[in-house]
Amino acid sequence: MNLFASAIDWILDPANYVGLNAIPLRLAQHLLFTLVTLVIASAIAIPLGYLIGHTGRGRSLAVMTSGGLRAIPTLGLLTLVALWVGIGVVAPYVALTVLAIPPILAGAYTGFEAIDRRTVDAARAVGMSELQIVRKVEVPLGLPLLIGGLRSATLQVIATATLAAYVADIGLGRYLFSGLKNRDYAEMLGGSILVILLALVLEGIFALIQRFVVPRGVSGRAGPGSGNAGRPSISANLPERSTAIR
Amino acid sequence: MFTITRGRLALVSAVAVGAVVALAGCASGDPLDEGNSSSGDTDTLVVGSQDYYSNEIIAEIYAQALEDGGYTVDRQFRIGQREAYLPEIEGGSIDVFPEYTGSLLQALKPDAAGGTADETYTQLQEALPDGVSVLDMAEATDQNSWTVTQAFADTYGLTDIASLSKVTEPITVGGNSELETRPYGPTALKEKYGIEIAGFTPVEDNGGPLTVKSLVDNKIQLANVYTADPNISSNNLVALDDPDGLFFADNVVPVVSDKVDDGAAEIINAVSAKLTADTLVELNSQSVNDQAAADTIATDWLTKAGLL
Repeated sequence: MNLFASAIDWILDPANYVGLNAIPLRLAQHLLFTLVTLVIASAIAIPLGYLIGHTGRGRSLAVMTSGGLRAIPTLGLLTLVALWVGIGVVAPYVALTVLAIPPILAGAYTGFEAIDRRTVDAARAVGMSELQIVRKVEVPLGLPLLIGGLRSATLQVIATATLAAYVADIGLGRYLFSGLKNRDYAEMLGGSILVILLALVLEGIFALIQRFVVPRGVSGRAGPGSGNAGRPSISANLPERSTAIR
Repeated sequence: MFTITRGRLALVSAVAVGAVVALAGCASGDPLDEGNSSSGDTDTLVVGSQDYYSNEIIAEIYAQALEDGGYTVDRQFRIGQREAYLPEIEGGSIDVFPEYTGSLLQALKPDAAGGTADETYTQLQEALPDGVSVLDMAEATDQNSWTVTQAFADTYGLTDIASLSKVTEPITVGGNSELETRPYGPTALKEKYGIEIAGFTPVEDNGGPLTVKSLVDNKIQLANVYTADPNISSNNLVALDDPDGLFFADNVVPVVSDKVDDGAAEIINAVSAKLTADTLVELNSQSVNDQAAADTIATDWLTKAGLL
């Protein structure tokens, strides 16, 4: 039997839309889990990244730490934390937050670093306080890279949040584990397709956010030669500091 | 700028075309059907094991004993749970596999009667597909069990599985996902004994440390812990009695293919003869409590038993 066809059948089967294992419920759990993880990770990573970006201190430490965090196998960390705090959602939250911090942190501090120093100096020259510089100059100008970091964190978390089902009865990962263990590959593939769809939808939403949240004059998609030589130019794809001569 | 756009367009198209081709490839054939690939070499015996540390130790013991007897062994350990490897054994790509009589019987024949160790063994011999047989079973058993904490058992005066119906608080069952659908799972508890199960929490570590911790923490009240698990005694757990044979007797038994000749069978039978219930718990304890590796445990035991 064609595996893809049976996976689609599984997704469309009305029997999978009732009870405690219903697809909409699992989707909602997965989404909520991802969002909460991102909020926790942002609450830690964004202020820290801004501090590093604004002061220019601790950058190498941040690079090394976040590089190290990226290297931690999430399932191993999840098991370790679960052995400590017990099963349930806490361990997956911790493990996934660790996964989400590096890209957000990098987005936050590279966003600040990518700002033309002359713009910051000008803000200081007109008498802005350090806090005002952060709030009115650096945060808005650093937004494209921060959103980029959030976007990449979201993608990683939504895919890896399937691991939450290792120790808790939540999320789309339940279909993957149960499909794998019961050799119900239609369920397993159907669950994977749902994860992919969810990831694509969130990608789309982030693409829209990136378009609308970025202030005028700072385009996240500004490529070379877009003709704003006199204005601060930031590219979401180029974390290097913009050169003085354009 | 135009060239940049065009280059990007080309890249996007290439990726899209690639993805379509890859997906079409997936859709046209069953990716799980590898055909009947035998492992080539005729005098190499393939020894497999479940993704379960205790099973791996037994498989390693078979492997080392066979090597000592002059056979060439290809180790394919930690394959997965029964659902994953059973087709491989039936297909003949694995030659020796440590199994458990009752669980294997239930997997092959869901409506089997079960019974005592000997009755289960006889039924298993009949249920096996052609080309696959079992050698002598060992005295050692590693059974599924419904396990609770001593405190929980004391509170409700629990002795056997049926007495779980006396429990007044909601019971949450924890274990691997497949436990939910096994013939002795939560559904059977309700149908046979009228035990209300409030929920199922997945803990995907085969009754290992996470499952035990969840029981001790009272996050779950009922779990499937294998009876040869040294954690049962070290964590004050109680495996509930099973007078009605909900779980079949699960003696360790080697499942072998036709490639296993009389000489190899003799070697494995000699191992099974010395594998007692206490031995298995002791071997498991060396892994769980002393963190010893499977091959070290196997060598030590075989040497002590005079089989090497």
